[in-house]
Amino acid sequence: MESPYAIEMLHITKKFPGIIANDDITLQLKKGEIHALLGENGAGKSTLMSVLFGLYQAEEGEIRKDGKPVKINNPNDANDLGIGMVHQHFKLVECFTVLDNIILGVEPNKHGFLQKQEAREKVMALSDKYGLHVNPDALIEDITVGMQQRTEILKMLYRDNEILIFDEPTAVLTPQEIEELMQIMKNLAAEGKSILFISHKLAEIMAVADRCSVLRKGKYIGTVETKNTTMEQLSAMMVGRNVNFHVEKGPCKPGEVILDVEDMSVASKVHKNDAVKHVSFKVRKGEIVCIAGIDGNGQTELVYGLSGLEPLKTGSIRFKGQDITHASIRKRNTSGISHIPEDRHKHGLVLDYSLEYNMVLQRYFEERFTSKAGFLKRAPIREYAERLIEEYDVRSGQGPITPARAMSGGNQQKAIIAREIDKEPDLLIAVQPTRGLDVGAIEFIHKQLIAQRDAGKAVLLVSLELDEVMDVPDRILVMYEGEIVGELDPKTTTQEELGLYMAGAKRDEVKA
Amino acid sequence: MKKNLLKNPAVQSLIASLLCIFLGLLIGYIVLLFINPAGAWDSIVEVVKNFMHSPRPERQLRSLGTTLVRTAPLLMCALSVLFAYKVGLFNIGVAGQYVAGVCAALYAALAWGWGWLPCMLFALAAGAVLGTLVGLLKAYCNVNEVISGIMLNWITLYTTNMLLSKVKEVASPYTLHLTSNAPQALLPTLGLGRFFSDNQYVTIAVPLAILFAIGVNIVLDRTRFGYELKATGNNRNAAKYCGMAEKRNIILTLVIAGALAGLGGSMLYLTDLEQWSVTATSVPGMGFNGIAATFLGGLNPIGTIFASYFIQHITDGGTNVDLTMYCAQISDLISAIIIYLCGFVLFIKQSMNKRIAKNEELRLQKARLAAEEGGTK
Repeated sequence: MESPYAIEMLHITKKFPGIIANDDITLQLKKGEIHALLGENGAGKSTLMSVLFGLYQAEEGEIRKDGKPVKINNPNDANDLGIGMVHQHFKLVECFTVLDNIILGVEPNKHGFLQKQEAREKVMALSDKYGLHVNPDALIEDITVGMQQRTEILKMLYRDNEILIFDEPTAVLTPQEIEELMQIMKNLAAEGKSILFISHKLAEIMAVADRCSVLRKGKYIGTVETKNTTMEQLSAMMVGRNVNFHVEKGPCKPGEVILDVEDMSVASKVHKNDAVKHVSFKVRKGEIVCIAGIDGNGQTELVYGLSGLEPLKTGSIRFKGQDITHASIRKRNTSGISHIPEDRHKHGLVLDYSLEYNMVLQRYFEERFTSKAGFLKRAPIREYAERLIEEYDVRSGQGPITPARAMSGGNQQKAIIAREIDKEPDLLIAVQPTRGLDVGAIEFIHKQLIAQRDAGKAVLLVSLELDEVMDVPDRILVMYEGEIVGELDPKTTTQEELGLYMAGAKRDEVKA
Repeated sequence: MKKNLLKNPAVQSLIASLLCIFLGLLIGYIVLLFINPAGAWDSIVEVVKNFMHSPRPERQLRSLGTTLVRTAPLLMCALSVLFAYKVGLFNIGVAGQYVAGVCAALYAALAWGWGWLPCMLFALAAGAVLGTLVGLLKAYCNVNEVISGIMLNWITLYTTNMLLSKVKEVASPYTLHLTSNAPQALLPTLGLGRFFSDNQYVTIAVPLAILFAIGVNIVLDRTRFGYELKATGNNRNAAKYCGMAEKRNIILTLVIAGALAGLGGSMLYLTDLEQWSVTATSVPGMGFNGIAATFLGGLNPIGTIFASYFIQHITDGGTNVDLTMYCAQISDLISAIIIYLCGFVLFIKQSMNKRIAKNEELRLQKARLAAEEGGTK
């Protein structure tokens, strides 16, 4: 009997040092269905897809195509099996035409000469059949994001792929484009293609998918038929109900407004739509405000705008009553803003510098560390670093002279936190401060944030971790597609409700 | 746990540099074998011997002095490259900045009759101006410093030829001798020549270049400016995050790099050891050799002193190759091969690190396996 499944991944287990990325995960994709794969960041979706594409080899489990076990050792094997993927960030050559991009790598040729006419006919036929409406002669850099994505889809179809994987395809699209994409996906499925749709947007999953498999923290939670489920149910499956630990904190006593953001927009680096769209909010003394949301909804760019790493497209920022919209980064840093960056290796540390040099990264230019002639004062730097190491319990092999590169992630983060908090800022911006850290370090960092709040400072926390979002802040602002779609009180809201806002299934008109 | 000596970066640099030198000599030797096996060994020995070529000690000393005279400008060029490299910039324009220094120094000396100090400062300024141009283009228009540097090299070369044509000898393409035409511009020797069998070309340029190397080391290691430069070079994003003025630092770095190279130009030509040929159709190798010296010196100003000397040593040694057996270009070819291999220091260091990491990984794996087996038994 013929197998009803186009591709099956059975009991896949993939371990990395210290973490099980995929723990006995089973995913069965039926022929001609649209199957959603749902999960938070770090749930193991990417790892699972990397296993399917042969980028990683699973320790346990097997992959079957049409019921027969197959071995996928590299992406070429996956390609030969008819598996194709539209990546979140398109893999297109900007200065080539649509047609050139589609045939790239599989150019039809006779004796080494391109036979484009043949290719053009095939592309146009496919385009008409599935309603993709592309202009084969347009340059990629001139066309819309939606059309670029359709070019990616055509790339898969041109290669006669039967199994199509869409990796968060709607993240970069406008609502109209999403609408079109949904229709295209349905057309493809109707023509017998099998589609795997990776997403964490519940509304889209409900609208387009036949079935949905859910992963959480590397584990397989279950597969449900979308017509028999609700968004609330899916949300609960995605985030889970069990809260691991609780943060002790007293009542919040908010004071005057420290940060006042109005109508802020920031351009995106990866697509043409703005990453942050006309956002307004305030942060007061003595409160922790959390920007919650799924990764890639504009949080990173929002912080870049606040810290001065990226210019604003529209709007203004007032800090302690002063307009700092156009102030330099140094000016912001010295006037009372501290910033614990999202990526400690990219922004937070100079990895080849010693711990002590990293400790003074934000204040090496102060008189206590630099003489009038411009020489660094080594002894005060050493003393200062030693004090911070002591106070914040930063552990390292050789103390102040340890290269930052040689330190563990948790201690690198502690060093950054020590440096930023010791500046005694009026506003502390902490972006995913506990990412990748163990429970002990997380607890320490949460305590520090709350201590700052209790000392009357304003804290802006950006987090992707639902537990953190529920436990640490006094107010939650949910970001979705570059906008603030809800303001929640962590004391009265539930994770399920939060999940609905984060996935765009629910939104309020939020007043600034 | 036993400390792995090979993991020490300084030791690594030293080993990698020595390995490069050895490989360069080996390949040079093989090339000579192909051309004419009879004289290959003798020739490569000549290259390594350089000033020891002559059997007479006083001749040896004299020729050592000449090598030192040429080492000084090379060191300045190497420092220029090194300084820019610490900020993540590749100053290939060093060759042109060096020529600009030569041009400014000779023109000021011969046409205007300036003294040696103003000539030197003028050379420094000329190099700095070129550096500024590259820096401004890089900082404000994001023009790659390699492209603008190479283009400026040619512009500078022909401008120099044009200007120096006004102060050349009537019968030859060479500029006038300073000794007879502008003795006021000769660099003071402070009697240094006495140590090298009265080699009058050994001047303050030699100790001055070494002082500059030490100075660069201090600036990079001890000052706020050096702290910012290295932070920018190591992690541009972190430098931006903590508010360092990136544009200003890029421009300032290239100004200083240009100034060092320009000064280097005056350090050679104000000794009168060489005269500039206004028919030159290529930029002198001094600047490019500076790039090799930087890498051979392990990107360390002090290491660069020795690397510069070594490169000049074999370049001069190359001229002693027996020309009855090989054509005249052979000396340049051999030194070019060795210098080329010198650029591989970073590559060798990387593969060394990879090997060490791999070995450790294997050892850990074995230990784990052994532990697991022990556990099951």
